[in-house]
Amino acid sequence: MRRVVVTGLGLVTPLGADVETTWANLIAGKSGAGQITRFDASNQKCTIACEVKPKDHPWGFDPDKRVDHKIQRQVDPFIIYGIDAAGQALEDAGLTDMTDAEKERTGCSIGSGIGGLPGIEIESVNLHERGPGRVSPHFVHGRLINLITGQVQIKYGFMGPNHAVVTACSTGAHSIGDAARMIMMDDADIMLAGGAESTVNPLGIAGFAQARALNMSMNDRPEEASRPYDRNRDGFVMGEGAGVVVLEEYERAKARGAKIYAEVTGYGLSGDAYHVTAPHPEGRGAELAMRMALKKAGLGPGDIDYINAHGTSTMADTIELAAIKRVLGEGLSGASMSSTKSAIGHLLGGAGAVEAIFCILAMRDQIVPPTLNLHDPDDGTEGIDLVPLVAKKRQVRAVLNNSFGFGGTNASIIMQKVD
Amino acid sequence: MSDTADRVAKIVVEHLGVEADKVTQDASFIDDLGADSLDIVELVMAFEEEFGVEIPDDAAEKITTVGDATKYIEEHKG
Repeated sequence: MRRVVVTGLGLVTPLGADVETTWANLIAGKSGAGQITRFDASNQKCTIACEVKPKDHPWGFDPDKRVDHKIQRQVDPFIIYGIDAAGQALEDAGLTDMTDAEKERTGCSIGSGIGGLPGIEIESVNLHERGPGRVSPHFVHGRLINLITGQVQIKYGFMGPNHAVVTACSTGAHSIGDAARMIMMDDADIMLAGGAESTVNPLGIAGFAQARALNMSMNDRPEEASRPYDRNRDGFVMGEGAGVVVLEEYERAKARGAKIYAEVTGYGLSGDAYHVTAPHPEGRGAELAMRMALKKAGLGPGDIDYINAHGTSTMADTIELAAIKRVLGEGLSGASMSSTKSAIGHLLGGAGAVEAIFCILAMRDQIVPPTLNLHDPDDGTEGIDLVPLVAKKRQVRAVLNNSFGFGGTNASIIMQKVD
Repeated sequence: MSDTADRVAKIVVEHLGVEADKVTQDASFIDDLGADSLDIVELVMAFEEEFGVEIPDDAAEKITTVGDATKYIEEHKG
């Protein structure tokens, strides 16, 4: 089987519009949470979110950098974030100038959990108030989930696999796993893989609030609301943004002298077969995904140094933890595990990709990011290093990234340092 | 330029993200300004909104240049 390595990274998050700013803020223990500014949320049960910051903010996002003005007008924010993150990853990998033959062997697997909900909401109101003749001609293709991939491949001329995963909150992890397999199976030599989301809109916030998934008890303390593993956790905080990596066949990357961040060595995927929103109470699906990833990587339970947990700051955190304990057993005592959703919120379909990038940076810099707001760890967390409050320097050679989603979908990715 | 022509040009610049000096009355939406057929549908909707005119599909199909749009609007606005 062909080996697959990561050679480029791109991020748009509530903590920065690029990889290094996001990472520096994350390691410094900053939070991206605040009151919702995108719309008037005063009548919502939840009024807080981790928004991508506007251009004039110290770490704000400037869409003009990589996305044409015309496209910005036609598409939903998740597509704009995705195009930008993909551009960053290509620039980082030094792959902005490829031959036609290389472009034919380059594809994209960039998905989203929900897609263009803000645009669907706006055009739906438009339809009802002003009639079908006022619906934008760009409505459909400006909202579709596979249109990050579509736009990126048109922009750069890539003619390889044109793929987009839709598996709710495990989209980002499945996107990377599937793309790695496409390279392993010789469908492509290079894949841009990741996920994006932007549903900080009235319908998105109301929908997740009604599903009782969001934190609604700490509207007055937004930076403290996302608190995975804490006894007082009470639902997730909505995030938004995008993460995209460049995956490349190992021999090719080595031959061109590419900067190699990590190798994707393990991928596991499973279903819960239990409930549409609640995880299996014993985390059976999560366990299966992790076991499969470990087996594929050929690693033992004691080989994982850092786990970036799904850890959404809901009751499900301890279910995931129990599954991890069963999989790693004593091996967990030598590992560190944190949930970066405590700082950037839950990016839904973008989460798995953004968090995979955090895992890669943890290996690059030999430091693991903290779990913010973890003051009173819940029962069952005893003896586990959840990296509370501050980042921690340590050896990181192998990482496990978990992502789980509505519908009972689970994905686990293992990446390792390449010596 | 007439007031209508100015306002048409402004909408075209905003929607297509092109330089203002390229938006001459002779400019073809597709050949000179990089628009596709859906962009023209969107532009026609914006013209209808701005000028309070209705541009039926058969008339819209004949609008290929900035000048065509200006002319149609001047002839039909109330």
